[in-house]
Amino acid sequence: MTTPTSNVPLTHGVRMESLDRKFEKIQLEDEQIVLHVDNLNLFYGKAQALYDINMIIPRHRVTAFIGPSGCGKSTLLRCFNRMNDLVDGCRINGQIKLGEQDIYAKRVNVAQLRSRVGMVFQKPNPFPKSIYENVAYGLRIQGVSDKRRLDEAVEKALHSAALWEEAKDRLNENALGLSGGQQQRLVIARAVAIEPEVLLLDEPASALDPISTLKIEELIYELKEKYTLIIVTHNMQQAARVSDYTAFMYLGKLIEFADTNTLFTNPSKKQTEDYITGRYG
Amino acid sequence: MHGIREWFKSGTPWIWLNASAVSISLIVVFGLLYLIMVRGLGYFWPSNVVALDYQDKSGQRQHLVGELWGSEEVSSETLRANGYVVPPDQLFVTRYVLKVGNRDSYGADFQVLIKPGISNQQQPSDIVVVVRREWGNFYGHLLAIKENGNVVTSNADSVWQEYLTRMQRALELHKNARKIEREDIGKINYKLEKLRTKTRGLELKGAFTATEKAAIEAEQERLKQERGTFEAQLTDLYAQIDRDSFTATIQDGRVIEVPFNKVINAYKPNSMSVWQKMWMYAQNVWEFLSDEPREANTEGGVFPAIFGTVFMVLIMAILVTPMGVVAAVYLREYAKQGAMTRIIRIAVNNLAGVPSIVYGVFGLGFFVYILGGNIDRLFFAESLPSPTFGTPGILWSSLTLALLTLPVVIVATEEGLSRIPRSIREGSLALGATKFETLWRTVIPMASPAIMTGLILAVARAAGEVAPLMLVGVVKLAPTLPLDGNAPFVHLDRKFMHLGFHIYDVGFQSPNVEAARPLVYATSLLLVLVILFLNLAAIRLRNHLREKYRALEG
Repeated sequence: MTTPTSNVPLTHGVRMESLDRKFEKIQLEDEQIVLHVDNLNLFYGKAQALYDINMIIPRHRVTAFIGPSGCGKSTLLRCFNRMNDLVDGCRINGQIKLGEQDIYAKRVNVAQLRSRVGMVFQKPNPFPKSIYENVAYGLRIQGVSDKRRLDEAVEKALHSAALWEEAKDRLNENALGLSGGQQQRLVIARAVAIEPEVLLLDEPASALDPISTLKIEELIYELKEKYTLIIVTHNMQQAARVSDYTAFMYLGKLIEFADTNTLFTNPSKKQTEDYITGRYG
Repeated sequence: MHGIREWFKSGTPWIWLNASAVSISLIVVFGLLYLIMVRGLGYFWPSNVVALDYQDKSGQRQHLVGELWGSEEVSSETLRANGYVVPPDQLFVTRYVLKVGNRDSYGADFQVLIKPGISNQQQPSDIVVVVRREWGNFYGHLLAIKENGNVVTSNADSVWQEYLTRMQRALELHKNARKIEREDIGKINYKLEKLRTKTRGLELKGAFTATEKAAIEAEQERLKQERGTFEAQLTDLYAQIDRDSFTATIQDGRVIEVPFNKVINAYKPNSMSVWQKMWMYAQNVWEFLSDEPREANTEGGVFPAIFGTVFMVLIMAILVTPMGVVAAVYLREYAKQGAMTRIIRIAVNNLAGVPSIVYGVFGLGFFVYILGGNIDRLFFAESLPSPTFGTPGILWSSLTLALLTLPVVIVATEEGLSRIPRSIREGSLALGATKFETLWRTVIPMASPAIMTGLILAVARAAGEVAPLMLVGVVKLAPTLPLDGNAPFVHLDRKFMHLGFHIYDVGFQSPNVEAARPLVYATSLLLVLVILFLNLAAIRLRNHLREKYRALEG
């Protein structure tokens, strides 16, 4: 992938051709589905934050959630690994199924769920440990202590996060010595080290400079070979560049969900069109 | 008017106010350190001995020998009213305190002199100061050395050399004797006591069989025999030490004979060079740090007190850290934040304000009598009626102080936990860690510098606390350290000495308060240094942890 070459100003009105997007013909009906969301409603205390969300997440694709601030896209993302459990007074009804399993069922082991649904946050949040220990963290939690297995897993994860070349000579240095972009890739490596099925990315590039952003985007493109990715982003170009499917949310509702090409070039809802052409947001 | 308001608004007076507050604090701190240093450190200097003629208020003349200990200006009026003869042209007169020593001969260590009565003051170079095991210092002119009561030498040139070699011999022998008493016989007595309690324990259980009895008795017999041989050695050593003695004239011309077994050290201050005095000073400081106290704590060293203070503080730190951290983790991480946690927090903060003696009373009533009493009944029944844990001791002291410093650790830990960014916790949870794993692997290590800050404050507070300890374990003189070579090596039931209490004891309770006053300052200085040392160690550790768990910026 390369940087956009077009001179057309890109605010919210994204011109697909200007993005040099690797485009393949995809159809939602042909996909394998990893996550099913059924009638999901979410409340913070008395305030409702999500209304009747119904959607499916296709396997080994990048699904982007877009929408104006406060539309609930991050909240929805955090439902997939039950991160919202940490918020006091958060209630959920409806259902999310990972494969065949209802993740909000009573007996679900949340820690285990989170090892199947990894997450990368807006700001890089490496632990104040060595690079090696950061990547090995999830495996150690799972009880892996065999040095050889850890070494292999760390190397593999750093390779898949495109950080190996930069980090291989300083594995035992504190991760906080890395640059912001490197830290974010480290956090991705940390998440993929435990080989989750789904990887949630919550505005993974919003705190980074353009070059680091580009690296993260390239990485997302490579990671979808092996993982299902869901990315929340403010950046419309980013959504258009990296995603296969896009969901547009507004005020806690899912307005439109379609493959990215269709959504950006031929949206079926007026609100979607208004948003992607930059009329509000 | 306008100008003043402008000046006020500019903040200049505020800066001045700040600066003066800082300066006053600095002056107070350094003034305090300066005072105790000057008063305390002078104690170890081998000062010169003066000989002088003095005419007291009744007109009697006497020859005095001693160290000038202090001086002050007194108004002539007062002195005249007390019957002293003071020349009429002087408003103020210098009054000296002379340490004449030789308490065995005169009954008092000090004599007060006023300057007009002094004449013919000089510093004879052959005056000897002898530091003795009892009766304090001896000042006099050496006459002769005796062996088995017969004079060996009385030659003025060789007597000092002879004295030194004989003193060395006596000290060597004394050291051996002490070692036998302390280590060998002490160990045997400890074992015999163990056997006695074992017998008693078996009797209580009703399992005291004939074979057991025979075995124990044989062992006892063997130990007693062993002790017998050591005791014979000891008697022999003491006889050897008693062989030598020396004679010397004291200030009033009397000739006194002193056996060498009473002697610890001797020197001729008036003929020593500055370097020799400095060397002696260093030796005295070392003796102060490494020796045991003598003469009701007014002489000798304070090693057991240093050891007791540090050991007690370390045990306290070991006890208080887990307690405080666990409590803080519960309050901050697990408990539902609400009215209840608020009340608990207020209660914890108020605990920090409870007077320490109240903790002492609690420690005595609860730890010593209830807890210790029950432990004795359950586990040490064989040594009753003499209590093991049911009496004040170092464990109860540490526990009491741990309770006293608990609020500090809880507050500091909570503070530290609340500063760990949410993103770090979420990062860990998102990797499939449970809340416990997140706390244990990431959050608590990252909060460890804050925990150390709490511990530093706790150590500083605990090391300086005396009042509660007097109820739960500190004693004036502990015969044994709480750590020694007899299994199980750490004896948490023992009583211990403490620098803070030592200051109190020497300053108020000693038979010779005047003589002991410099010791009070020296011990205070030492206590400050010990606390400083403990704090520096903790601060180093904290800085290391800070570097390691440098928090994320923002």
